[in-house]
Amino acid sequence: MSAQYKAIALISGGLDSLLAAKLMLEQGIHVEGINFYTGFCVEGHTHAIRKKDKAKPKRNNALWSAEQLGIKLHIIDIIDEYKDVLINPKHGYGANMNPCLDCKIFMVKKAKQWMQENDFDFIVSGEVIGQRPMSQRKELLPVVVRESGANDRLLRPLCAKNLAPTLPEREGWIDRDKLKNFSGRNRKPQMALAAEFGFEDYASPAGGCCFLTDKNYSDKLVDLWQARNRKEYDLDDIMLLKVGRHIRPQAHYKLIVSREDGENKFLNGYKKQFASIEIISHPGPLTLVDGELTDNDFIFASRIAARFSQGRDTDSVTVKIIRKNGEEQQFDIPPLPVSEIKQEWYI
Amino acid sequence: MGQYTLDARNSLCPMPVIKTQNKIAELQVGDMLEVTCTDPGALNDIPAWCRINGHLVKKSYVSGDDVIIIIQVNA
Repeated sequence: MSAQYKAIALISGGLDSLLAAKLMLEQGIHVEGINFYTGFCVEGHTHAIRKKDKAKPKRNNALWSAEQLGIKLHIIDIIDEYKDVLINPKHGYGANMNPCLDCKIFMVKKAKQWMQENDFDFIVSGEVIGQRPMSQRKELLPVVVRESGANDRLLRPLCAKNLAPTLPEREGWIDRDKLKNFSGRNRKPQMALAAEFGFEDYASPAGGCCFLTDKNYSDKLVDLWQARNRKEYDLDDIMLLKVGRHIRPQAHYKLIVSREDGENKFLNGYKKQFASIEIISHPGPLTLVDGELTDNDFIFASRIAARFSQGRDTDSVTVKIIRKNGEEQQFDIPPLPVSEIKQEWYI
Repeated sequence: MGQYTLDARNSLCPMPVIKTQNKIAELQVGDMLEVTCTDPGALNDIPAWCRINGHLVKKSYVSGDDVIIIIQVNA
């Protein structure tokens, strides 16, 4: 009886990784999935917070893919290790703060480490030549192979026929003839293959999976680093960049103003870490304050927060501020007129 | 057979799943784990993770702002 070879498949939750893993299962390979959580993954976060997203399915697509495939999925927290990838990307950033090539190299390197520790034979990735402008250009695929150290144990089943044979192909662990030769941005071959396998409800093929490709999110991250005068972050920082309106009236402080009940509830969990402003005379947002504020700053910040309350058109609203040391204070202030809130304050 | 709890409140998916996965790795077959979350997505994601990894969800429900999932470690 021939040995059953084992592959660890990078599962993002998108269609390509689903199909790549499926092609291996079809060849009798034992496949398990691996999914890396950087903290910037789009999966679920804002759906869990905002009311407008309540109707969207709250499933995690990587888990969904694994369930469709009938494979185990290992979700690995790489939040801390990923900081160096984002802060010092050897190959630079894409259109925004997305270090896609360094990210891919890092994830394949981590998958290789997992493969070795768990006695697996090769790594499977859903990459397709030319599909993405940064990490999947033809001349860059060998860079991932080389710099990750995965070398010829990295197999890309969807475009393998366009690439040199890898170890699993050369050794006959899998049949190269049954692999694909997809290339470019056309998604039709993947959709046809999905239909062939009976996959219908897969994640949107065009959907991005990382907040770092989003301009608004990237702007907030750059603002955070500029305000701190150093490139650093923790998980709470990057979570909060996904929530609320971010307003910086002055260089030394920023306001995070919730936009709805769901965000109010989420920001409420951070009240012990930040000073906060609540409007108590009218329904209104919870506002977190990031920075060290003087008494005058607090009054001005409260006037801004009041502008987003239902008391915005009144002469006066009552606010409660809670400083970081827990000290509370209440006072009445006039909401700042909309015309006095400068557009450039919005991050 | 032990009874264990995990507080995964105020973290967003997939962190409750990762915390559950890491906690279960420390437990024995037959142990029971009660996970408390605030992300409603956990109501789908933790049972999905349990199904693909062979663990049994004995009960899952919403209590106020909390989502509670009780798992029997099977594999």
